[in-house]
Amino acid sequence: MKVLLSWLRELAELPDSVDAIEVALNSLGLAVDGVEHINTPVAGVITARIERIEKHPDADKVTRTWVTTGEGEPKHVWCGAKNFKVGDTVALATLGTKMPNGMEIARRGILGIDSEGMLCSGAELGIEDDADGIVILPASTPLGMDAFVAMGLYPDVVFELDLTRNRPDCWGHVGVARDLAAHFGTEIRSGSVDIDSVIDGPAKTVPVEIIDGARCGRFASIVISGLQVTPSPQSHANKLTAVGMRPINNIVDVSNLVMLETNQPNHAYDLRSVKGFRIRKAKRDEVLATLDGVERKLDTSDLLICDQNDSPVGIAGIMGGLESEVRIDTTEIALEVAWFEPEGIAASVQRLGLRSEASARFERGTDPYGIAQSIVRFVDLLRETCPNLVVHSGVTDSFAESLPVATKISLRVPQVERLLGTAFTNEQITNLLEPIGFQVSGAKELLDVVVPTWRPDCTMEVDLIEEIARHFGYDNLGKSVPKSAVHGGLSILQQRRRALHEVVLGLGASEAMPNPFLAQGDLEAAGLNSKDALYLANPLVAEESVLRTSLIPGLLRSVSYNENHRVADIALFEIGHVYPRDPSATNGLPAESEMLAVIAAERDAIAAMGWWNEIAAALGVGAQIDQLTVPDAMHPTRSATLRRGKEVIGAVGEIDPLVLRRFNIASRVAYLEVNLSAVLGSEPKPAQAKVVSRFPSSDIDLAFVLDSSQPAANVIRALRQAGGALVADITLFDVYRGPGVDDSARSLTFRLRLQAPDHTLTDSEIANVREKCIAAVQKAGGTLRA
Amino acid sequence: MATDQIKALEERLKTASDDAINRLAAVTTIDDLRSLQSEVLGKKGSVGSMKSELGRLDSVDAKKEAGAMLNTVTEQLEAAFNTRRDLLEDVAFAQQVAKERLDLTEHLSVARRGHSHLVTQATRRLEDVFTGLGFQIAEGPEVESDFYNFEALNMPKSHPARSMWDTMFVESGEPGSVLLRTHTSPVQIRVMETWKPPIYAIMPGRVFRRDTPDATHMPVFHQIECLVIDRGITFADLAGTIESFTKAFFGGDFTSRLRPSYFPFTEPSAEFDIRRPDGTWIELGGCGMVHPNVLRAGGLDPEEWTGFAFGFGIDRMAKERHGIDDIREMYTNDLRFLRQF
Repeated sequence: MKVLLSWLRELAELPDSVDAIEVALNSLGLAVDGVEHINTPVAGVITARIERIEKHPDADKVTRTWVTTGEGEPKHVWCGAKNFKVGDTVALATLGTKMPNGMEIARRGILGIDSEGMLCSGAELGIEDDADGIVILPASTPLGMDAFVAMGLYPDVVFELDLTRNRPDCWGHVGVARDLAAHFGTEIRSGSVDIDSVIDGPAKTVPVEIIDGARCGRFASIVISGLQVTPSPQSHANKLTAVGMRPINNIVDVSNLVMLETNQPNHAYDLRSVKGFRIRKAKRDEVLATLDGVERKLDTSDLLICDQNDSPVGIAGIMGGLESEVRIDTTEIALEVAWFEPEGIAASVQRLGLRSEASARFERGTDPYGIAQSIVRFVDLLRETCPNLVVHSGVTDSFAESLPVATKISLRVPQVERLLGTAFTNEQITNLLEPIGFQVSGAKELLDVVVPTWRPDCTMEVDLIEEIARHFGYDNLGKSVPKSAVHGGLSILQQRRRALHEVVLGLGASEAMPNPFLAQGDLEAAGLNSKDALYLANPLVAEESVLRTSLIPGLLRSVSYNENHRVADIALFEIGHVYPRDPSATNGLPAESEMLAVIAAERDAIAAMGWWNEIAAALGVGAQIDQLTVPDAMHPTRSATLRRGKEVIGAVGEIDPLVLRRFNIASRVAYLEVNLSAVLGSEPKPAQAKVVSRFPSSDIDLAFVLDSSQPAANVIRALRQAGGALVADITLFDVYRGPGVDDSARSLTFRLRLQAPDHTLTDSEIANVREKCIAAVQKAGGTLRA
Repeated sequence: MATDQIKALEERLKTASDDAINRLAAVTTIDDLRSLQSEVLGKKGSVGSMKSELGRLDSVDAKKEAGAMLNTVTEQLEAAFNTRRDLLEDVAFAQQVAKERLDLTEHLSVARRGHSHLVTQATRRLEDVFTGLGFQIAEGPEVESDFYNFEALNMPKSHPARSMWDTMFVESGEPGSVLLRTHTSPVQIRVMETWKPPIYAIMPGRVFRRDTPDATHMPVFHQIECLVIDRGITFADLAGTIESFTKAFFGGDFTSRLRPSYFPFTEPSAEFDIRRPDGTWIELGGCGMVHPNVLRAGGLDPEEWTGFAFGFGIDRMAKERHGIDDIREMYTNDLRFLRQF
């Protein structure tokens, strides 16, 4: 929202300092996004008249002109523009003028003929964006005067405000001025609200029938005649230009000026087309050509303004129709000033994809009682260009049930201190609220506050407390620190997640954060089931439309990316959520859970098992390694499901080579996945210390041939059981496949470290353990290798 | 007779001893020294064998004298051998050490440590500051219901403020009822429902907006939110807590300020800015007193409890701390990027 400083000054007395006003706006919550100084005069640019124009035979892009500044000989100036003729008054930058872009006007020649200055465009003067043609001033402009003064342009400031949703009133200059006046302790200059004071003609009525009273709360129409459509005076046009609107003609411009000032959109209809108003919902597929020349197909949720014949002449609150527009020969208008219910406008805007300055205001909420003031302002401004204006009595002002009434709120004075931490007297509260339009009455600890109707956002006591705080100044409310009755810290789960994080970093993996949205087909490519997947209803791009049910596709893509960029030692991990469909949920929420995944290129399933063993030990959890159940996406013969009883808590091993191929990954990839909700939640009992024996230990090495279908873990279990308490440690230190061992088997060599807590082992004790161990392993299917 | 015997023995002893000393001086290895020692002092050695001759001497005195003489020479020789051995061992050690010289810059492979993602690092730092200030950490789901993301936060259906967030909806349940949370604020309601006040909690997490990625925006990013609900909590407590956080996180010479703003779930609402020591400002996030309707939605009585909340983006903190020009860099999962931090 652009706000013009000179306009604010018309409405309220404000300090000279632009900085002070900017600071005030920010402290009032009217955030200033930009401050633009405009119309900075350019010394040396004066008015001149074109005396003669001549084409040069060798130059078709530029024209020779001779201009007079009222005294001396006409000056010869080359000009590249084409929008002028002899007799036009233009802005001449004389020799030595320093232009806003830094260029200095010097005597320059084209084809050997000097130019004694430059005819300026609005863009060159820094007054508008239009760089197409040079500025043409009214013919009556005196020559040789400062061009800025001649154009009525005075240095000004435009504030770009980033308005919040709760301040619809500040979409008009009056709203901003009111806040500033209250802040600086000055008066707001509000206009007359007496329509009768501007009426000077006989009764002429355009009747209004509000059919949909839920959507249209108020609709006033007034007939104005004696109009003459002309260009706007400079002062009107310059205001519009400054805030980014293009001047059109005196009537349209006044309509816009009133809206920009009072925040009240309004619309002028040519009285030749409209003799009555009916406000009703559109019929299905009803069609209206709007002012922008587009034919709009309407729906029963759109509100229409129709004429006396029930033909639509405008989409209520959004845009007028093409047919009833003010034309060059319009002399009589019916002026519409209305209040529409905001949510309905917002829905129509959304549905039609049609936004306008008017709809932006109506959908935020306009002042239902600002209508009279806007009509008076409209008439006053229009009289500046239409001296024969007649405002007819017979004004229609129709009300309907949706018209809001002023909100009354009880303010419990102690609540102000309870929330803000600062005590306010009733007088202080009154002095803070009344300048911004609130009426305060009552006494002691209970005040009755009437909210101004331009503040539809204020509906509760707490809204009033915010207004008090805002105008008292947030900075003045002090700072204190509450005494927390809670001790800070991480939950068990959070502590364990952090520990896990550290362990995985120690394994050499770095943390990735792939996009949790997948492309259609990603899950299938990864060998995962997509029947549990949920989809985005409104994805940004189709490649990101599936909610992940697994961390695998994202990490595979990351591995592939790194491999393509020839990164060494690719090892990544992620701790993140997956969102599979929850068939049992009645509210549609997924069975969201947190997963850990570790992935590394050029590593094998044994490495992945190593990761799991470290993680399991660090977290104090265990799982069965079920190699008979191949997890989805994983290698058929080099992977296992991690389970705890029936519950699957993860997967370990290598990624299926077919999957790797689909993700363009050349190397072997080790992978570990753990469902964290299964392992982080509860903390196991702290490990209890075992006494480290001070007596010597003895090692025995045993090699067994074991069929490949039998897991080594079975041998270890057998050794541990047979060895009993004397076995301090078992290490598998060699695996051999090759000559001397059957093809379907391998030799496993274990080192058992034997130790007793209370004595040195005797040879016979060691021999006894050895025999028992061999027997146990043989029972488990292993053969001692000689 | 005995004297002659002793004399003869003494001469032989001297010859053998001198010979041993001479040969010892030429010995350069421990092995040679060991065999020389056995040649001289062993049972059959040039000196050692003489012990067996003592018995053949005539008198006891002669045996004693010769024995003493033999012992003295043996001890002298042993000392000489020991000295020589020490010397040779020193030399051998010095040679060994010289031989195993290693150029420490010749490392061929390195065991790498893993690197935490920058967002995790920033989140940790924030969590640590807040837990130090007495806060606990709450978490919630990333896929949320309309109720927690909007309705309970004082944004009933078709509330205009819903358009402040570009929401991504999930095709599940009633149309529009399931969405990806647009902020961490739904966790506020979940905390109110499940914890009992007093609540001093922070809520970090991943959030989602339907924003086209560019240098400063990602559709998936991270926020942290702080919620306090207790008896007697005021706006001054909000300002003071933000100030404490500012000093603890950014440094003692940073300060903060609040500017009025609007959020449906807080009233009064504010934006908060952090002032750097050089006088420039960082616009950090939004804050305010928890709206009475939000307390009610969380099952708390606003006449009994008051509270405040503030929140801001985490990704931006990491981006500014490490001088990252384009926030998308943080999400390429390129190890060459990740391993820098």
